[in-house]
Amino acid sequence: MNNSITNQKALHDKTIAEILAGLNAGEFTSVEITQHFLDRIKQLDGTYNSYITVNEASALAQAEAADKRRAEGDVPALCGVPIAHKDIFCTNGVRTSCGSKMLDNFVPPYDATVVENFANAGAVVLGKTNMDQFAMGSSNETSFYGPVKNPWDTNTVPGGSSGGSAAAVAAHLTPGATATDTGGSIRQPAALCGITGLKPTYGRVSRWGMIAFASSLDQGGPMARTAEDCALMLNVMASFDPKDSTSIDREVPNYTANLNQPLAGLKVGIPREYFKEGLNPGTEQAVRDALTELEKQGATLISISLPHTKLAVPAYYVIAPAEASANLSRFDGVRYGHRCDDPKDLRDMYMRTRAEGFGDEVKRRILVGAYCLSAGYYDAYYRKAQQVRRLIKQDFVDAFEQVDVIMGPTSPSPAFEFGAKGDDPVAMYLEDIYTIATNLAGLPGMSVPCGLVDDKPVGLQIIGNYFDESRMLNVAHQFQQATHWHQQTPVGIASEAKDTEGAE
Amino acid sequence: MTIERADIEKLAELARIELNEATIAETTQSIADVLALVDQLQAADTEGVEPMAHPTDAVQRLRADEVTETNHREEFQAIAPATEAGLYLVPKVID
Amino acid sequence: MEWETVIGLEVHAQLATKSKIFSGSSTAFGAEPNTQASGLDLAMPGTLPVPNEQAYRYAIMFGLAIDAEIAKTSVFERKNYFYPDLPKAYQTTQLERPIVGAGHVDIELANGTKKSIRIHHAHLEEDAGKSLHEDFHGMSGIDLNRAGTPLVEIVSEPDIRNAEEAVAFAKKLHSIVTSLGICDGEMSQGSMRFDVNISVRRPGEAFGTRTETKNLNSFRFMEDCIALEVERQIDLIEDGGKVIQETRLYNGETKQARSMRSKEEANDYRYFPCPDLLPVVLDDDYIESIRQNLPELPDARHDRFMEQYGLSSYDANILSGDANMAQYFETATKVSGDTKLTANWIMGELSARLNAEDQSIKHSPVNAEQLAGMITRLVDGTISSKMAKQVFEAMWNGEGAADEIIEAKGLKQVSDSGAIEAMVDEVIANSDKQIDNYRNADESKRPKMLGYFVGQIMKASKGQANPQQVNEILLKKLNELI
Repeated sequence: MNNSITNQKALHDKTIAEILAGLNAGEFTSVEITQHFLDRIKQLDGTYNSYITVNEASALAQAEAADKRRAEGDVPALCGVPIAHKDIFCTNGVRTSCGSKMLDNFVPPYDATVVENFANAGAVVLGKTNMDQFAMGSSNETSFYGPVKNPWDTNTVPGGSSGGSAAAVAAHLTPGATATDTGGSIRQPAALCGITGLKPTYGRVSRWGMIAFASSLDQGGPMARTAEDCALMLNVMASFDPKDSTSIDREVPNYTANLNQPLAGLKVGIPREYFKEGLNPGTEQAVRDALTELEKQGATLISISLPHTKLAVPAYYVIAPAEASANLSRFDGVRYGHRCDDPKDLRDMYMRTRAEGFGDEVKRRILVGAYCLSAGYYDAYYRKAQQVRRLIKQDFVDAFEQVDVIMGPTSPSPAFEFGAKGDDPVAMYLEDIYTIATNLAGLPGMSVPCGLVDDKPVGLQIIGNYFDESRMLNVAHQFQQATHWHQQTPVGIASEAKDTEGAE
Repeated sequence: MTIERADIEKLAELARIELNEATIAETTQSIADVLALVDQLQAADTEGVEPMAHPTDAVQRLRADEVTETNHREEFQAIAPATEAGLYLVPKVID
Repeated sequence: MEWETVIGLEVHAQLATKSKIFSGSSTAFGAEPNTQASGLDLAMPGTLPVPNEQAYRYAIMFGLAIDAEIAKTSVFERKNYFYPDLPKAYQTTQLERPIVGAGHVDIELANGTKKSIRIHHAHLEEDAGKSLHEDFHGMSGIDLNRAGTPLVEIVSEPDIRNAEEAVAFAKKLHSIVTSLGICDGEMSQGSMRFDVNISVRRPGEAFGTRTETKNLNSFRFMEDCIALEVERQIDLIEDGGKVIQETRLYNGETKQARSMRSKEEANDYRYFPCPDLLPVVLDDDYIESIRQNLPELPDARHDRFMEQYGLSSYDANILSGDANMAQYFETATKVSGDTKLTANWIMGELSARLNAEDQSIKHSPVNAEQLAGMITRLVDGTISSKMAKQVFEAMWNGEGAADEIIEAKGLKQVSDSGAIEAMVDEVIANSDKQIDNYRNADESKRPKMLGYFVGQIMKASKGQANPQQVNEILLKKLNELI
């Protein structure tokens, strides 16, 4: 990194790596940069609506504590770095709404493990970001707190369900944000907002305190503007958690260690099924150009087939709603969260509490899920979907015999306008057509910016083998060293600096 | 698979979600659309394939039998809709 | 018209682990409401379950004790329904792949017949909380301390044919789980609950429609409830009606049963494997090591009691059946040195008293050492059996150990033959009429007539004369007279 250039960047334009360098060099304090972001959020977030809760007082207190620690020579991994948490991670003493009226008044007395990890790493929490209600959506249009606007074009969606985290990062309202991905909810908004997002291998990041949508698919992961930043965040997020039975007990490597490995000899699988009808031609071109760039770096592109790709969306829309229908049953007005007024009896309390608390998409998925599990339909739907899931996983296992990573588009098209998917839920579901299979198989996946179509960002998806996040980050980082897409910002977001995107 | 209003009403009862009379037709239609999507699964040949409930092959860790939790009733009940004498209050439960 | 009763039992036994099945909360009984309910027990968002190894161990012990196959791979499922005492609105349980497969429990009836009741399977699951029946201005109060307590649910095949078999089966199960130490068996605390499925049919016909009566926690209630329900069903059918499948509740105090409103609607539980939990995989070594370390089981103890203590099979059944009673018996016998007397006292006086006051032997006011102390004095002749009853009564009332009571009440019996002879002589001297009657009576009628003389002697001695000696000396003297 060229120090003279990065020094001159505005605080909000710095990456996490640059912020750490600046803090360590004493160029600014955590309090200063935190205040800077808080001011900026106040100034600009009215436009984007990327935050649900801003923690002004506690963020400054955390920043002060971080500065003190640094002064005493105790410098944990992200000491003093501001970040934001998707409002799906429970934060002790701070409202955690999951984007829903059901939890609008929910203040948990405990932290998610991910939140604890960041606190232990000395990070400063600016606030909780907006999201599709209960993580169900691909456009952030279902939030109780109103839709999030894409900073690239505020008439368009940022993607979802982690639309708030994506928009906040894209608008430089936080250098990094946590998010979750069940069918593409990190990768797709990352693609639509022109930022970098990573979904780890299932079981890599603890789900304790992360409000469950679909337990066998959910994973928490980082969103930031560079692969290096995602690596820094993943170092903190990944851990074995004995409180989570699905957490895998496996050593966490230093995800920044292999970033600079050259790509010569890398075998990249290109699934034929990801380049068929439904893919926006501009998106396709940008992705193909990106793949050519990788070839220039010594990678070999190998055409592969993931034959059961077409079944991924149907299988997902049985499994995810089924698990969600049970996971969301606890929201009953008895122990926390919303309760309807003047229930006339128990049944009335349940029926109205849940009708009032949940948005339409959430209700729809709960009912679909209940249907797929109900007597007489379990075999045809749930059991069948779980069989298909195994076939989908096998496709990947077979592919990874021949290739090191699999790449293609993240999303079928760039950001669409609000209401564009209309009343047709299925049209919305097809947004996740390239990302969903990865969740079903439990594999890690990333999206990095790789182009612009009509001034709208396009994402390049990288799918890695199990626990091969280091390799994905390496590929992403090398791509970002050679290209500038990740440094593009929406008009008016990046401030003028002496030298803008310097040659790297 | 055709789904009808009566099916939706039964599901809504199972899921304890009161449906809005005004929107019930719409709800029925949109769920029917989703089910049309998932019906595509029926075309798949899954003969002899074991269902997969988890993406990993991992097996369950068992935990030692120790009391590790302490009393946090005050904190938990501070965020509850209705409590009294340490109990959660709900409309009368009749067996 | 002949009727056959068909009964199957589903038994829920709370496992005696320190912590709950999926959370680290305490399972101790009697805590203030909701003080043993962690975030997971309250189904707070984002909380996750981790299974307790001891619960598995206990379930396996049970499976081995009933000769069942232990599943090397078992899976938890979610059973979905809404109820305020079920915080997640699903119960984590096992369905397709339970930890314990098919086994059997052998029972012995009063007339000596033996029967083997098949067990369909046993599985692990979590208990729900409690809703209190007190009224909080029209609301119910929910206590979730019990939510998450580990249960093993034991499901029998419908092999039981009457109340006696049902109670024998239930008692045998109680004996097995308490002997294994996996359940404390405190029925009044809800440690074991019995659901009884009952149907009737004419011999040779297919099974009739059955009803389920839930949550019986006393053997006596079970017996009464079965009788009541069988009668109800038979009356209903004979009157031309049909038994409907329903869930019922039995009130032991009022001896009445009724249908459960909340369970009337058909419930589609939508079972599916719990995605927060992975399959539990066990290996042969693990299961074998549990088998090696199994405590003594009721049947083995029964046979040992017969051999070691020379008890009849019937007596051995009673004394070895309940683990607590077995322990009581063995301790008392060890101290007293007299098997027969100890056995008789336990099976007789002690049991009668415990039953009358609805007490379990575990909480008997007279402990094994105390009883043994009294028996020792019986054996060495310090007290007579009549006096022993007084001593027992005093011990029951908390007046101390046998020796203290004997001292305090001056209960030592008179065994000095000289003194007794004197008393006998005195009574004979004052009983001319009775002596004449005795002399003139038929030989066969004489033993009965002794009672008068004995009574007089006991009166004179204030009950303290040694009865055996009195009889001996009295007979001798009477025979000399006639």
